[in-house]
Amino acid sequence: MNSIRVLWNGVIKENPTFVLLLGMCPTLGTTSSALNGMSMGLATMAVLVFSNLIISLIKNLIPDMVRIPSFIVVIASLVTILQMLIKAFAPDIDKSLGLFIPLIVVNCIILGRAEAFAAKNGPVSSVMDGIGMGLGFTLGLTLLGATRELLGTGKIFSFGVFPENYGALVFVLAPGAFICLGYLIAIINKIKG
Amino acid sequence: MKKLESTWYNMAVVLTLIAIVAGAALAYVNSLTEGPIKAIAKANEAAAIKAVLCADDVSVKDTKTIGEGDAAATVYLTDKGAAVKTSDPGNRSFGGGLVIMVGLDNEFHVLGYSILTSNETPGLGAKAGEWFQKDGKGSIIGKTAGGLMVSKDGGEIDAITASTITSRAFLNAVNNAQAAFMAVKGQSDMTGATSLNDKNVRKEVCDE
Repeated sequence: MNSIRVLWNGVIKENPTFVLLLGMCPTLGTTSSALNGMSMGLATMAVLVFSNLIISLIKNLIPDMVRIPSFIVVIASLVTILQMLIKAFAPDIDKSLGLFIPLIVVNCIILGRAEAFAAKNGPVSSVMDGIGMGLGFTLGLTLLGATRELLGTGKIFSFGVFPENYGALVFVLAPGAFICLGYLIAIINKIKG
Repeated sequence: MKKLESTWYNMAVVLTLIAIVAGAALAYVNSLTEGPIKAIAKANEAAAIKAVLCADDVSVKDTKTIGEGDAAATVYLTDKGAAVKTSDPGNRSFGGGLVIMVGLDNEFHVLGYSILTSNETPGLGAKAGEWFQKDGKGSIIGKTAGGLMVSKDGGEIDAITASTITSRAFLNAVNNAQAAFMAVKGQSDMTGATSLNDKNVRKEVCDE
């Protein structure tokens, strides 16, 4: 049941968006709608799962002094592969998130989990950690995206809730991302508190 | 298995191996996706040409690139007129990097347009995608491209509310499209696509 705990840890206890506050650039940049947030979260999760798996498998082959460059090469290759696949098979996602996909390379969640977890644990729990952290990140981004989309345009996942004219444009723009994130963190801390 | 020690030899070998494996994996995926990516880019371009010319069947007779730097434009000559892909010269849009495609008939009337790339503000400048269409408030469809200006500058086009900068850049790009088409016409007056006396010139505007 250890792996379940690892999963739970990523989604709730150490949620990367709301608790660890890792990967703020994509969090703030891509969450203009719930769908964008979710796609970004899933893309990051895919990279995270595979990078955790590969790194936990080869961790004993990598001398300590060159581990960071090795991790970066692994992560960068995975991201590039993902980018090519998205371009070829999901052009719509590429259109809305194209700019942010390469930035997954420098997302601190991925290098952070490689260093803090995958380099010390076996492949199974590393994959679980990747799924947990990825789900937590996806959840955070989707929640933030949905909130901003609702307040800004009156829709969630493009389904109208109230007329667009009553939406406050600021929530779709960058300042709204900071405001929403701040309030969401406060609410979640209060609930957990 | 015990962890490898950080000797120079180990480090060099491991890093080289990782780079080789990563390179091979990338090359393999690239060979898989290269075809589909090119096909998608081509399909997008063909769809945009059709959309801006308001026609279901368009055959591109010739493609010419004209101008330099941010005034460069690609002119797709067709039997219905030309679709011109252009950015706004001077790059004066609000977010920068505006690229549009404009459909012009042989007398430079705007048949349609489509925004290909834009970084305009959502809810403000990003409205350019609908604002200048036929049912939009600042419709340019049917107007003669060339000297289009927003009403603030003495023109006849209503700028997007609170987004005059975007509107100016957009009209600037449309005018650049006309200039590019005219330049191409001047170069090759003998191609069938560029006869000014063509009786079948589409003046009417397409209904979508």
